[in-house]
Amino acid sequence: MRRLGRPLAWACLITAILISLFPLYWMLRTAITPGRELATDSAGLLPRHPTLFNFQRVLGLASREETRAAGGSGANLDFFLYLRNSVVYTGVITVVQTLACAMAGYAFARLRFRGRDALFGLFVAALMVPPIFTLLPSFVLVKELGWLNTYQGLVAPSLLMTPFAVFFLRQFFLGIPRDVEQAAYIDGAGKWTVFWRVVMPMTKGPLLTLALTTAVWTWNDYLWPLLVAPGEQTRVLTAALGIFLKQSPNTAPDWTGLMAGSALSVIPVLLLLVFFGRRLVDSIQFSGMKG
Amino acid sequence: MTMTLVKPVTPTRTMPGRRGDGRVALAFLAPALVGFGVFYLYPAVRGAWYSVTDWNLLSEPEFVGLDNYAALVRDPLFWNSLKVTAYYVILTIGTQMLLGFGLAALLHRLTRSLLVRSLLVVPWLVPNVTVGLLWMWLLDANLGFFNHLLVSLGLDNQGFLTSPGLAMPSVALINSWSSTGYTALLLYAGMLLVPPQVYEAAAIDGSGEVRTLFRVTLPLMRPILAFVLVVSLIGSFQLFDTVAVTTKGGPVNATRVVYFYIYEQAFTHFKMGYASALALSLVLILGVLTFVQMRLLRASTSDLA
Repeated sequence: MRRLGRPLAWACLITAILISLFPLYWMLRTAITPGRELATDSAGLLPRHPTLFNFQRVLGLASREETRAAGGSGANLDFFLYLRNSVVYTGVITVVQTLACAMAGYAFARLRFRGRDALFGLFVAALMVPPIFTLLPSFVLVKELGWLNTYQGLVAPSLLMTPFAVFFLRQFFLGIPRDVEQAAYIDGAGKWTVFWRVVMPMTKGPLLTLALTTAVWTWNDYLWPLLVAPGEQTRVLTAALGIFLKQSPNTAPDWTGLMAGSALSVIPVLLLLVFFGRRLVDSIQFSGMKG
Repeated sequence: MTMTLVKPVTPTRTMPGRRGDGRVALAFLAPALVGFGVFYLYPAVRGAWYSVTDWNLLSEPEFVGLDNYAALVRDPLFWNSLKVTAYYVILTIGTQMLLGFGLAALLHRLTRSLLVRSLLVVPWLVPNVTVGLLWMWLLDANLGFFNHLLVSLGLDNQGFLTSPGLAMPSVALINSWSSTGYTALLLYAGMLLVPPQVYEAAAIDGSGEVRTLFRVTLPLMRPILAFVLVVSLIGSFQLFDTVAVTTKGGPVNATRVVYFYIYEQAFTHFKMGYASALALSLVLILGVLTFVQMRLLRASTSDLA
C-alpha cells in the first residue's frame, strides 16, 4: 500500500493537470479544422487537414466571400481593435485603482482621523453587496452622463476603488513594521513623502500581487463592458466574443471560427502567466491567506 | 535616501498628535472617496429608490410604494431562480471543495513545483466568456467531444446543455473546471500554514497519511476552509457569464439563476424598478447568509494559537 501510494498520488495529480489542459487543446484542435469539414471530422485528436484559415478569417484577413465559402457567418472579429480596447480597459483600471487604493488603504492603516472606523466599516459593508445592485444604477448614471460607448464610461465605476482592494491593502499595511516609517519621520519627512518615498517602494511586491489579480478580473469582465460599451469602437474582447456568438446562426454555430477567436482571447492571460508566473500563483495564495 | 539625521528630533513628528491627521488623511482618501461616493453610495441610494418605482428607463420613474416587493413575493420565476441558484451553489461548492481539497492535499504531499501549480490554475485565467464558448462546443449535442466519448463507449448522445435535467449540472461542471484549480491553490496555501512539526509529531505517533489528513490537517485548516467556503458561496450566487453564454436561462428556466433573472428584467424587459427590487432582495439574502457564516467562522478560530 505504502509503495503504491506515491505513484498513485502522482497519477491523480497528472490526471488533474490533463483535465485542466485538455479542453484548451480541443479548442486549438477545432480552431485548425477547416469549417466545411467539421461535421465529418470532429472526433480525432488531430484534424485531417489542419489549416490556419480560421485564424485569418476571424482576424479579418480573409474576404467575406472566402469566409462564407468556408462556412463562417461572414462576421469577423476586429481582433486588434478589441485587443487594444481590452488592454486600455485593463491597464488603466489596474494602475489607477491600485495606486488610489494603496493611498486609501494606507490612510486606514496608519493615519488617525475622525470617523475612520465608521468609514472603513462602510467600505467593508460594500464588500458584501453583490455588484448587480449597484450595477443597474451605475449603468443609468453612465447613460445620463452620455458616456455609453466611451472609454470613460467603461472604466469609471472601478477606476478609483473597489472595496476589496482597499480592504486587502489596509490589511497588508497593518502587517508591516512601523520602524522604517518612524525613522523617516525622525528625519523630518511628512506623511505624504513617507508614503511615496518609503512605504510604496518597500511594498512593490504585494502591490504587484494585487495589481495582477485586478488585471485578471478586469480582463475577464464581461457584463459591464457588454452593457456600457458594446459599440464597435469601444468593444472589448470578451464582449466581442459574446457578440460573435450571437451573430453566428443558432442552429449551426460557426465553431471553428468561435474556437479560433477563443484561442486568441486566451493568449494574453497565458502571457501574463509566463511572465509573472510566480507572482500570479502567489497572488492567489496570498489573497486566500489574508482573508 | 539622502535625508539622514540632519533635522532635530521633534516629538510632534515622531508621534502623530492626538489631533490626528485629518487633512493629510483627506488627501490620501480623496480618490477612493470620490469613487465610493459616485459608484457605490450614490447608486445604492438610487437603487433603493428605483426599487419602489415603476420605471422602463425611458419615461419618468413612477412611485409605486412596495408594489414591486409584493409582486416578487408572488412571482414564481423569482422563487424558481432562487431554487435554481441554490441547486447550482450546492453542486458547484460540493465538487469544488472536495476536488480542491483533494488536489491541495496531493500538491502539499508531492511537490512544491511552481509549474504544476501554474498548470492547474490555467483554467481560472481563461475569461468566463471563453470558458462558456469552449464548453458549449465540448458539450455540443451532435459534434461535441463528450458525445463522441459517450458514443465510443456505446452510450447515447446527450443534450448536456439542452435537456432540463442535465443543463444545471453541466453549468456546474463548466465552472468547476474553471475554478477548482484556484480553490486548490487557496487551500494549499492554508495547508502550508500548518507547521511541519505537527506532521512530524503525528508521524512519530504512528499516524498514517490518510489518518493525518483527516485528523490533523483538516481540523487545523478549519478557518481557511470556512473562508474559502464563504468566498465561493458569495461568488456562486453571482453566476452570470457562463449562463449568459451557454444556456441563456433555458431550457425551461432550468438555469435561470437569480443574477441572470435580474439582468433580464432590467435589460431585456426594461423593468428597472422590478429589477432593483429583486437586486435589493438578493443583497438582503446574501447579507443574512454572510452573517450566519461569519458566526460560524468566529466559532472556529481556536486552532493553531
